[in-house]
Amino acid sequence: MSLTDQLVQYLVTGVSVGAVYGLVGLGFAIIFNATGVINFAQGEFVMLGGMCAVAFTGLGMPLITAALLSVAVVTAIGLLVERLTIRTLPGASIMTLIIATIGASFVLKGGAKLLWGPEAVILPAFSGHQPLHIGAAGIAPQRVWVMGVVLVSVIGVQLFFKYTLAGKAMQACAINRSAAQLVGININRTVSVSFGLSAALAALGGIVLTPATMMRYSQGATFTLTGFLAAVVGGLGNGIGAVVGGIMLGVLEALAGGFIDILTSSLIHSGYSKAIALAVALLVLWLRPQGLLGRREREAG
Amino acid sequence: MSLLQLSSVTADYDGLLALKGISLHANEREVTALLGANGAGKSTTLNVICGLLPARSGQISFAGEDLTNLRADTVVRRGLTQVPEGRLLFDDLTVRDNLILGAYSRMRRESRQQIEHDIAEVVELFPILGEATERRAGTLSGGEQQMLAIARALMSAPRLLLLDEPSSGLAPRAASEVFAKIKTLCERGTSVLLVEQNVSAALKIADRGYVLEVGQIVLEGTSQELLSNRDVQRAYLGKDYEEV
Repeated sequence: MSLTDQLVQYLVTGVSVGAVYGLVGLGFAIIFNATGVINFAQGEFVMLGGMCAVAFTGLGMPLITAALLSVAVVTAIGLLVERLTIRTLPGASIMTLIIATIGASFVLKGGAKLLWGPEAVILPAFSGHQPLHIGAAGIAPQRVWVMGVVLVSVIGVQLFFKYTLAGKAMQACAINRSAAQLVGININRTVSVSFGLSAALAALGGIVLTPATMMRYSQGATFTLTGFLAAVVGGLGNGIGAVVGGIMLGVLEALAGGFIDILTSSLIHSGYSKAIALAVALLVLWLRPQGLLGRREREAG
Repeated sequence: MSLLQLSSVTADYDGLLALKGISLHANEREVTALLGANGAGKSTTLNVICGLLPARSGQISFAGEDLTNLRADTVVRRGLTQVPEGRLLFDDLTVRDNLILGAYSRMRRESRQQIEHDIAEVVELFPILGEATERRAGTLSGGEQQMLAIARALMSAPRLLLLDEPSSGLAPRAASEVFAKIKTLCERGTSVLLVEQNVSAALKIADRGYVLEVGQIVLEGTSQELLSNRDVQRAYLGKDYEEV
């Protein structure tokens, strides 16, 4: 396989994994905009989406039913997390609320281990394993599914914000909570919707990714950290920025993992790929502290 | 007839008493002015009425119903809303979206047709907004933003409009346009509680007024009474007041 074909292969892998990071990042952005809180349980919703789908198909359900039911269950869990963290701590500082979401992530992770054990699980690929060819590069059809589902989800979220009253109300809350309350928007309900929506998006990501990369109870934290980084690199609070940031991280990770051996004659282990992606992300933030698509904060006074 | 009634209302910020037992009323179809220096408690009074800040004690009633410590999004459904200081528009959304969100509290019980009709009516009142419906609110001039803030509040079809410093940051001409609109609104049947630092302009359009100092009402009366009061003249209207 030529270098170009390898490059295509790594790019597709990177974009598909990065797209899921972006989806998690989008979830971070939605909740951050509604509450100012970073929800560190976000990655657990990805894990739960994948695990639930495996469990439901294991019960003999068709894939589509299992997927829909998984999204519904994880959305309900997202709403529950909001009820038990944000809602039960009115007046608490943002830091306290963030720590509460970290607590929730431990509970979800522990619960998943109790339910499904420590082993990795897998879903059957949605459209088989026959690779699609771009030149000599073979692309697993599941990767196309991942990219397609993420693309449709992101467009769906944008349409929701642009054309529905609930979406506009959420934007209004993000712009100014007091003004939103003064026009009659129930902030608690908006916060609930933001958690439900973020959980649903993450679950979708988990469901489509599981056939490609498998899923384990402990994987949530990785999605949380990378999704959080995607959201920050993209510009915290900017949904599209988060998706761009996620794809950038995924691609960097895949390229670093793929080419590191070749470029350094195996001097640097390919396991460093994540570290390289993170280093580039830090570089981006050093050059552009507000993130790729974020706005520069206005200085007071 | 008294529409809004505050009885001995107190409120604090983290234990620091900001309102020390305010009692006031706003009559139907009148402009009631709430005057005073910075930090006197004028905006705090509006925020307590609207439910943005809890009252520590006292009672707020509106059209015979108890309003004390209801949530802000519930208060607007009872028929009163605030145009906050600094306007607090939804800057990234269009003028039209701001107006639609202004009617958020009515969406469940009223038809889309009625809302559209009211948008048209509000735009008729503020023609400047008609030319800018698809523009982002943040790109409007200060005067236009204030008009939009009032228009957005009107979209909730309030019986009482609470206005917090509507002339703040506006050029004199834009400010006088805003005051003229407030007077028009009152004539059309919307009662107004007006917080304003521009005392002479406020008393020109107001029927009655209150003067607040450090969280307490120190004076009340009709606009004429307040305008002819020596203390008001000295403290708020300056030496040259005779000209006004």
